[in-house]
Amino acid sequence: MLQVRNLHAFYGRAHILHGVSLDAGAGEVVALLGRNGAGKSTVLKAIMGLLPPAEGEVAFDGRRVERLPPYRIARLGLGYVPEERRIFTDLTVSENLEVGRQAARAGLPPWTEDKLFALFPNLAAMRERPGGRMSGGEQQMLTIARTLMGNPRCVLLDEPSEGLAPIIVEQMARSIRALKGEGLTVLLSEQNLHFSQAVADRAYIIEKGQIRFGGSMAELAADPSLREQYLSV
Amino acid sequence: MSGAVLQVEGLHKAFGGVQAVADVSFAVSAGEMLALVGPNGAGKSTCFNMLNGQLAPDHGIVRLDGRDIVGLRPSAIWRLGVGRTFQITATFASLSVRENVQMALYSHAGRLRSLLSRFGTAYRAEADGLLQQVGMLDQADRTCGVLAYGDLKRVELAMALANQPRLLLMDEPTAGMAPRERVALMELAAGLARKRAIAVLFTEHDMDVVFSQADRIIVLDRGQLIAGGTPEEVRANPAVRAVYLGGTH
Amino acid sequence: MTFASILIQLLNGLAAAASLFLVSAGLSLIFGVTRIVNFAHGSLYMLGLYGAYTLIQALGRTPLGFWSAVLLAALLVGLAGVLIEVLILRRIYRAPELFQLLATFAVVLVIKDIALFVWGAEDLVGPRAPGLGMAVEILGKRIPAYDLLLIAIGPVVLAALWLLLTRTRWGALVRAATQDREMVGALGVDQAKLFTSVFFVGSVLAGLGGALQIPREPANLELDLSVIADAFVVTVVGGLGSIGGAFLAAIIIGVAKAFCIGIGTVTWFGTEIVFSKLTLVVEFLIMALVLVVRPYGLLGRPQAAQRIATDPAPPLTAPSWKIAAIWLVLLVAVPLAADRYVTILLTDIFCFALFAVSLHFIMGPAGMVSFGHAAYFGLGAYAAGLLFKRAGLPMEAALVLAPLCAGAFAVVYGWFCVRLSGVYLAMLTLAFAQISWSIVFQWDSFTGGSNGVFGVWPSAWLADKTTYYYLALACCGAGIALLWRVLFSPFGFVLRAGRDSPLRAEAIGIDLRGFQWAAFVLVGALAGLAGAVYAFSKGSISPSAISIAQSTDGLIMVLLGGVETLTGPIAGAAIFTWLRDEVARRTEFWRAVMGLVILAIVLLFPQGLVGGLKALAARWRERPA
Repeated sequence: MLQVRNLHAFYGRAHILHGVSLDAGAGEVVALLGRNGAGKSTVLKAIMGLLPPAEGEVAFDGRRVERLPPYRIARLGLGYVPEERRIFTDLTVSENLEVGRQAARAGLPPWTEDKLFALFPNLAAMRERPGGRMSGGEQQMLTIARTLMGNPRCVLLDEPSEGLAPIIVEQMARSIRALKGEGLTVLLSEQNLHFSQAVADRAYIIEKGQIRFGGSMAELAADPSLREQYLSV
Repeated sequence: MSGAVLQVEGLHKAFGGVQAVADVSFAVSAGEMLALVGPNGAGKSTCFNMLNGQLAPDHGIVRLDGRDIVGLRPSAIWRLGVGRTFQITATFASLSVRENVQMALYSHAGRLRSLLSRFGTAYRAEADGLLQQVGMLDQADRTCGVLAYGDLKRVELAMALANQPRLLLMDEPTAGMAPRERVALMELAAGLARKRAIAVLFTEHDMDVVFSQADRIIVLDRGQLIAGGTPEEVRANPAVRAVYLGGTH
Repeated sequence: MTFASILIQLLNGLAAAASLFLVSAGLSLIFGVTRIVNFAHGSLYMLGLYGAYTLIQALGRTPLGFWSAVLLAALLVGLAGVLIEVLILRRIYRAPELFQLLATFAVVLVIKDIALFVWGAEDLVGPRAPGLGMAVEILGKRIPAYDLLLIAIGPVVLAALWLLLTRTRWGALVRAATQDREMVGALGVDQAKLFTSVFFVGSVLAGLGGALQIPREPANLELDLSVIADAFVVTVVGGLGSIGGAFLAAIIIGVAKAFCIGIGTVTWFGTEIVFSKLTLVVEFLIMALVLVVRPYGLLGRPQAAQRIATDPAPPLTAPSWKIAAIWLVLLVAVPLAADRYVTILLTDIFCFALFAVSLHFIMGPAGMVSFGHAAYFGLGAYAAGLLFKRAGLPMEAALVLAPLCAGAFAVVYGWFCVRLSGVYLAMLTLAFAQISWSIVFQWDSFTGGSNGVFGVWPSAWLADKTTYYYLALACCGAGIALLWRVLFSPFGFVLRAGRDSPLRAEAIGIDLRGFQWAAFVLVGALAGLAGAVYAFSKGSISPSAISIAQSTDGLIMVLLGGVETLTGPIAGAAIFTWLRDEVARRTEFWRAVMGLVILAIVLLFPQGLVGGLKALAARWRERPA
């Protein structure tokens, strides 16, 4: 579904990604692990075209996308859920969802408001509430729902558990498993290993802009030195 | 209450009808590490911003060494001996690391009003000493604009220490650091706190850092303090488990 | 005043407010989504007025002809806006904000000359609206029926915009993009199309605002800058990005102006106050007042920082005094070799170089963009002239005191300005410049009004052009050296630090406002010195020395050279002054030529000339061997 090869990216003059390669197969949940500043978010932004990669290839659904602007990539069915949520605080819940809406995709049942409210019941009661008046956890639900309105085949989730109370993190894990149940491919960046273990099939570890490990969650669990060296546990 | 460097009583703040901080009271003593924890949006940063004068509380009292500092500007509060680091780091991006710390030292000495002398000739050694303490001396000549996030946090700490503070406010001081660095930095802060009798108030998401470094912990949820006490007490508190910690800790 | 005349003035004011609201709403909408302060918005208004004039002639003075002409003019202006967006602005959305501003200045210059070429320099008086030429009698006073219609149009457009923004998908996208346009793109929305559509709507509003004025005001070439100044005031008073705020502010300002005209001349306690002359000042007074009480305007909120990865300002490199000395030696040698023309041109360049360096100081390192820096240049020039002519001081004394006078004004203006930041600050500086201009322009008995002050010549020992050249070189060179020196003092570092992070500056005990205020006074005084030297070199001063055009010239010089280098403003001043001189001698349409040159530079060197050359040099050095 998603193939990344030898990705290089810069912020200004700072060389952030040094040849990142990774894959996510259809229906898979893949975690990209690493600590703050390791380059996790940058990988997702580069895939999405928000930070155009300087070098390397990104193929989505068999199509090369590394030179496309973000909106074209989004229209191909790649959804992006940013860190820090970035919901439109002046817009109501319904309007936030409207901004994310795209035409239905062939072969996929389209997401509707009602279907999303079934997945995130908290949101149903606050359709007309401005996004700025929601709690952090509610905003996190809304930002995912907003991206789903674009009927993506694959979703990039940037730090979905960041800054959430541990108890909300558990709800978030349930929601991601539900997305997997719908057949979506998910690539998520995380610092939280417990959370990743609860949702992901496979994991990559990134450090200083390079992939240092790629394998199943079981392999990662079996190697405490990896966790000690690269992760915040 | 004697020994309390910072004393907060009945702090309130609402934004457009939403109560961000409601009736928060606590105190920090000299040499004590107090952790303020809670989910994002619980009001931690709002609380911090009221302590150093960035936000005016709707009502409530903030006392520094017994003196009410509500209504003072941040610059005045600094002069009373408060150093602060920010959740989203704030440094002078176009200046070098050393110049950033020198700014704080010049300011502490009240020597910024000169128009014709050349900046940077004074307090060089002092700046380097502080940078050494936080492990940033090797990067002293780099521009802050190009530093990694974790390194900016250290520069901020060095700037806060330049003030020889009575009170240190640290908003997520270890975000962006590796686990070992986190503990090392907070051990440094704790050591300084004890040695120089600095009161430290910090927020932190990494529960391992909180439980290992804090002398006491207070828990904020939806603007209200729901618990407070030693790490052991807070860990065992059922209310905290319900709204914040969940089952994993 | 009777109740009836109060009512009449109220209605007059409301009629004037309609167009003011339309043009401001368009400006606000465009700024919200694209974050571009579109200086060309007044030009679009002007085009609407001219366009309606021509179209009415073509379509006939029937009600149908008139109204089709007004609507068609608005739509054509909308298309002009689309053209500007697609051809120019779309290419520089990722460039620094100030560069986008420079591009819109260039568009102002080009449109002005297009209008000059098509419609000529004479004012064009349009026809009355067919069928609405009569007046309606209210309380014994006659009100033009057309005014009543205009009064109705304001709320109708407000309601239409409100529905568009809150009830349509387009509206939701616009409001979302106002907050976070990158995220909107990541959700699959084509930003380019959205921006173009916003530019279209905004430009149509400006065009309609202009076209609707055709029965009330003659089309003329000065409208572009006067309308943009009015529109800035309205958007800022109302609150940037708030359409309702723009409506409210337009009404307040329209009515206040109408009352000033209506009151006319009043004698209070033996002093004659000419209220009608206050019309030019009153809106700026309202703005200054509102901004001090409510820094984000009546209905505005603090600007959400757009999430665009802007690189922080790069470190400033200290000036090389060695290179400066070489230049000085060269410049001292010039009169030995060059003719009179070169000496005079260089004298001009010295004045503008100091003017530009002082502007650069405040907008670059100190981070406070000024749209009204000509205030200090002009006030310095006038102070010199008036001290010399009216107070009878010797020229030397006038030259020394003039900068102090300009600095004294900067003390007052700066006190207000440092309370604001960003676009609000920039627009307040424009307001103060405009107030200064209005006072100078209207106080005939003291300042000579539109004619200015004549016979401002240097003392005999300086009268020779070559001697004066050395005086200018000494004064301006010393001024520039002083500013550069200050930049690397603790004071200068505080300013840079405050620009990088006001939050951090306050948190380490720096009372930033005080420093910024002092910086305002310093650059005000030095810009005043530039103005005074300039005045004595020309022998006369006219109000154009304080005009918006003079302020924008300064901005163009700084931006042309590049904000990020110390020498950029000097290079920009030299190139601009020389180029204007060269082009103006060859064609009447020198503005358009300048505009096109600036656009070419903007599109080719988005870091300014000096920055661009440095980048080129760096690439040259790093080329593979």
